[in-house]
Amino acid sequence: MPDSVALRLETATPLFTGPNWDYSGLRRVYDAVERIALDELGLDVYPVQVEVITSEQMLDAYASVGLPLMYRHWSFGKRFAYHETLYRKGLQGLAYEIVINSNPCICYIMEENSMTMQTLVIAHAAFGHNHFFKNNYLFRQWTDANGILDYLSFARDYVQKCEERHGAEAVERVLDAAHALKDHGVNRYAHRTKPNLAEERRRAEEWRAHFEATYNDLWRTVPGADKDKDDSGNEARLLEIKRELGLPEENLLYFIEKRAPRLEDWQQELVRIVRLVSQYFYPQKQTQMMNEGCATFVHYEIMRRLHDKGLITEGSMLEFLHSHSSVVFQPDFDDPRFSGLNPYALGFAMMSDIRRICEEPTEEDREWFPDIAGSGDGFGVLRHAWANYRDESFVLQHLSPAMIRRFRLFHVSDDSTKPALRVEAIHDDVGYRKIRGALSRQYDLSRREPDIQVVDVDLRGDRCLILAHYVHNGVLLEEQSCRAVIRHTATLWGYSVKLLEIDAATDKTLKTYEVAPPG
Amino acid sequence: MNIVDRRPNPKGKSLSNRQRFLARARAEVKSAVQEALRKRKVADVGHGEKVAIPTRGIAEPNFHHSRRTGRTEHVVPGNKEYIRGDEIPRPTGGEGRGGSQGSPDGSGEDAFEFTLSKEEFLDMFFEDLELPDLVKKSLKETFAVDLQRAGYTVTGSPANLSIRRTMRNSMARRISLKRPKQSDLEALREAIDNARSRGADEEAERLLRELDRLEHRSKIIPYIDPIDVRYNRFERVPRPNTEAVMFCLMDVSGSMTEAMKDLAKRFFMLLHVFLIRRYRHVDIVFIRHTSTAEEVDEETFFYSRETGGTVVSTALEKMLEIARARYPTDRWNIYAAQASDGDNYGADSGRCVSLLGSEVLPLCQYFAYVEVGDGMGGSLTGLSRDSDLWRAYNEVAPVHPHFVMRRVSDPSQIFSVFHELFAKGGIRA
Repeated sequence: MPDSVALRLETATPLFTGPNWDYSGLRRVYDAVERIALDELGLDVYPVQVEVITSEQMLDAYASVGLPLMYRHWSFGKRFAYHETLYRKGLQGLAYEIVINSNPCICYIMEENSMTMQTLVIAHAAFGHNHFFKNNYLFRQWTDANGILDYLSFARDYVQKCEERHGAEAVERVLDAAHALKDHGVNRYAHRTKPNLAEERRRAEEWRAHFEATYNDLWRTVPGADKDKDDSGNEARLLEIKRELGLPEENLLYFIEKRAPRLEDWQQELVRIVRLVSQYFYPQKQTQMMNEGCATFVHYEIMRRLHDKGLITEGSMLEFLHSHSSVVFQPDFDDPRFSGLNPYALGFAMMSDIRRICEEPTEEDREWFPDIAGSGDGFGVLRHAWANYRDESFVLQHLSPAMIRRFRLFHVSDDSTKPALRVEAIHDDVGYRKIRGALSRQYDLSRREPDIQVVDVDLRGDRCLILAHYVHNGVLLEEQSCRAVIRHTATLWGYSVKLLEIDAATDKTLKTYEVAPPG
Repeated sequence: MNIVDRRPNPKGKSLSNRQRFLARARAEVKSAVQEALRKRKVADVGHGEKVAIPTRGIAEPNFHHSRRTGRTEHVVPGNKEYIRGDEIPRPTGGEGRGGSQGSPDGSGEDAFEFTLSKEEFLDMFFEDLELPDLVKKSLKETFAVDLQRAGYTVTGSPANLSIRRTMRNSMARRISLKRPKQSDLEALREAIDNARSRGADEEAERLLRELDRLEHRSKIIPYIDPIDVRYNRFERVPRPNTEAVMFCLMDVSGSMTEAMKDLAKRFFMLLHVFLIRRYRHVDIVFIRHTSTAEEVDEETFFYSRETGGTVVSTALEKMLEIARARYPTDRWNIYAAQASDGDNYGADSGRCVSLLGSEVLPLCQYFAYVEVGDGMGGSLTGLSRDSDLWRAYNEVAPVHPHFVMRRVSDPSQIFSVFHELFAKGGIRA
C-alpha cells in the first residue's frame, strides 16, 4: 500500500509499539477496532468476551471441537493426542484464535500472540466471525447463541450423571453409536411450527362439532367392510402407520431418539444431546468458506484502516501482512501442499472481488452482475451476501470470471469406469458457467454427504429398521465404515438394521447391507 | 468488551478424555509399548514414547462416499496447460481430496500416532507387575507412627498450648462483651484529672463513677478466660513405609565379561525404575565382590575391572553389615538383586546358603538372583551344567518364596524375565 502510506497526513500516535501485549493495550486496540467495525463498516455484532488462554488450553479447546465445555468421551482424548503430537513435533502451529457462536461471543486468544496478532485476532474473530454468526440466516435459524453454553453445561453434567448411574461403558456404547450417525442427525429443513395446546383444542372442538352436525345414524346400518378389511385395508393402514412415524425421515438420530423401541429414557437423552450438538455445527459446515472469507475480509479492511490512521506502526503492518498472506495462500493442485481449495483464500478473494465489481466494474462485470456492478456500495452488497447466502449459493451467485481466471480453476470429471480423468471446462468463455455450477455443487453439503433416509420399519415382523441410500451418479458408500455404522445403528435400534443402496434415477437396488440384532 | 484471563484455570481439562482414550486402545497401545521397548536402550526406559497404533479399535466410522465408485466431479485451482477435453491419468491419492488424509477421524488404514507421557508409558509397561511380599511390609508398618496435626482441642498439656488460637478467642470474647480497653481507661483518668484541674468537680465526680464502673467491668471480664484456651491436637497416624533400599550385588571377577555386566546392569536398572514408581524414596547400594566385597559408586560398579577369586559370601556379609547399620527394617523396605556368572569358591557356597537362609532373607522383601551367561553356555554343549552357586541357591529357593532365581543370557530376555519375576499373582520360583 505505498499510496496509503503517502496519503497519511495526520500523524496519530500508534496504539502500541512493542510486540508484548497487556490488558490496557488490548482495550485500546479493541476500542479502535470497534469504532472502525461499527461506524465505518457497519457491522452488527454480539457483545464480546475476550478470554486469554495458554497453548495447552488451546489444545484442550481443539479436542472438544472448539467448544469451551463438552461432555466426556474418548474420541475427544484421541483428538487431543493427535493435535498434541503434531504440535509438539512442530508440524502444526496452533490457531491464533477460536471463536464461539454464543451470546456474548467468546473469543479465545493465545497468550503467545504478539500485540499485532492480538489486534488481528480481535478484528478477525471478535468482529468478522461475530458479525457472520449474528447475521447469517443459517445461524439465525438453526443455532441459539444465547443458550448454547448453558446447554453444553447441561449435557456435560447429564452425561456424567448417566455414567455414575449406568456405568461409563454403557454410556460410551450409546455415545459411540450416536457419534457414528451424527452427520445424519441434523434437520436440513425447518420443521413446521409446533402447534400449541390452545390451537389443538380449538381444532379438536371444530372437528367434533362437524362430526356431530353431520352425524347420520343410518351409516351404522350399512354393512361394514370391517371384517374383510384385513386384506384390502392393510396396505392403507401400513401407509398410515408410515405417515404417523414420519417416514421417510432423513434425520436418522431424530428418528431413533423418538422411535427406537428399546431405548431407555437416558439413552434417548444421550442421543438427543449428540443430535443437538451436531445440529449446532450444521450451519458452520455449510458456510465455512463464507465465514472465514468474511472474517478475513473484515480483518484485512480493519488492519488497513488502522494503518491508514497511523494507529499501528509500519512494523506491525508488515507482520500482519506476512501472516495474512500465509493465511490466504492457495497452493496449486499439483503442489504437495495442496489439500483442496483454501476457504480463507477463496472467500477473501471473492469478497474483495465483489467490492471491486461494485466500485470499479469492467464491461464483463456489467454483463455478469448487472444488479451490483457499479453500484458503489461494496459493503452493502457484502453485508447482504453475508446475511443471506451459504457457500453453495454464494459461489453460484457471485463467482466472477475474473476469479475463475485468477485461481485458474478447472473442472475435471472422474468416472471410475474409465482409466483417466477428463477436463470438462477451463477458464474460458464456454467454461465459466460450468465451473461456477460445479464449484457450487462441490460446496453443497447435501451432495457431499450421502443421502440416507429411514424408509421403513417392519412393524409386523421383526421390527427391522430399513435405511436407504439414494445413489447419485453411481457413487456408493465406502463399504467397511458403512458396515461399522450400521452395527452402531443396530445397537441403538435394538433390532436388525438393513441398508439398501438404491439408484436414485432408476430405483434399482444396487447393494444391500444387513446387520443382525445386537446380541 | 470483557477481558477474562483464563490462564489460571485448572489444567488438564482433557486428561479424563485422554485416559478414556488410552483405556479404549489399551491392547493396541500395550503391544506398541512392548514393541518399542524391545528396540530402545535400558537407559531410556524412564522416558515417554511415541507410539503408533492401528486405527482399528479407535475408528470413528461414518457414512461416506467411496472414492472408487461412480462419477464425481471436482473443481481445482492452478490449471497450467490443460484445455477442455484433455485426459489426465488418475492420480493415486485421489484428486482434490488430500485434505482428509491423516485426519483424526481414522478413516484411513494408516496407523494413529501419538505420544505417551513417561507415566503413561511406565504404567503400560508395568501394568501387570506388582511388588511381591506385601504382607510382610504391612506388618512392619504398624511399628512406624507419625504425629500429625489434627486441629485444636480444649484439653491438653501446657506444652501444646496454641497461643495464637487462644488469643484469638480471647480477643473475640473481649470485643463481644465490650470489655473496656486499657487505653479508654487511661483516657478517662486523664479527663478526670483535667476536670479537677479546671475545677469542674461535678464533671469529675461523674467521670469518676464511670471509671469505677468500667474498672469493675474489666475485673469481672477477664483478659484470658479458661474458655479461650486451646491446645494443638495431634493424631498418631501409621506412617507408610515409603522408603526402599535396593542392594545391587555383583561379581566383578575376571570371569564376568562386559556382556555379562551389561546384562546385569539392565536388570538392575529395570528394578530401579520399578521401585521408584512404588516408593517415594529409593536408595541404591552397589556392592561388588571378588574374593572381598566393597561398597562402591555406580560408575565403579559397572565399569571398573577387578581381578581375583570369587567368594560370594563376602558380598552377603557386606550387605548385612550395611543394612544393619543404615537401613533398619522398620523404616526401610529392602530389596536385593544379585548378579553373577555362577562361579564361586568351592567351599563358600555352603556358607552362602546358610547366610542367605538365616540372616539375609529375613531382612529382605525380595531377593532376586540373576545368573548371567554369555549367550552360548548351555546351548552350545547341549547340556545345561548348573553352576556351583545355582546348585547351592536351589536349596534355598523352595523354602523362601521371596527368593527367586533366573538365568539370562541375552538382552532380549531381560524384559521377559523381569516380567516373570514380578508378574501379578505371586512368584513361581
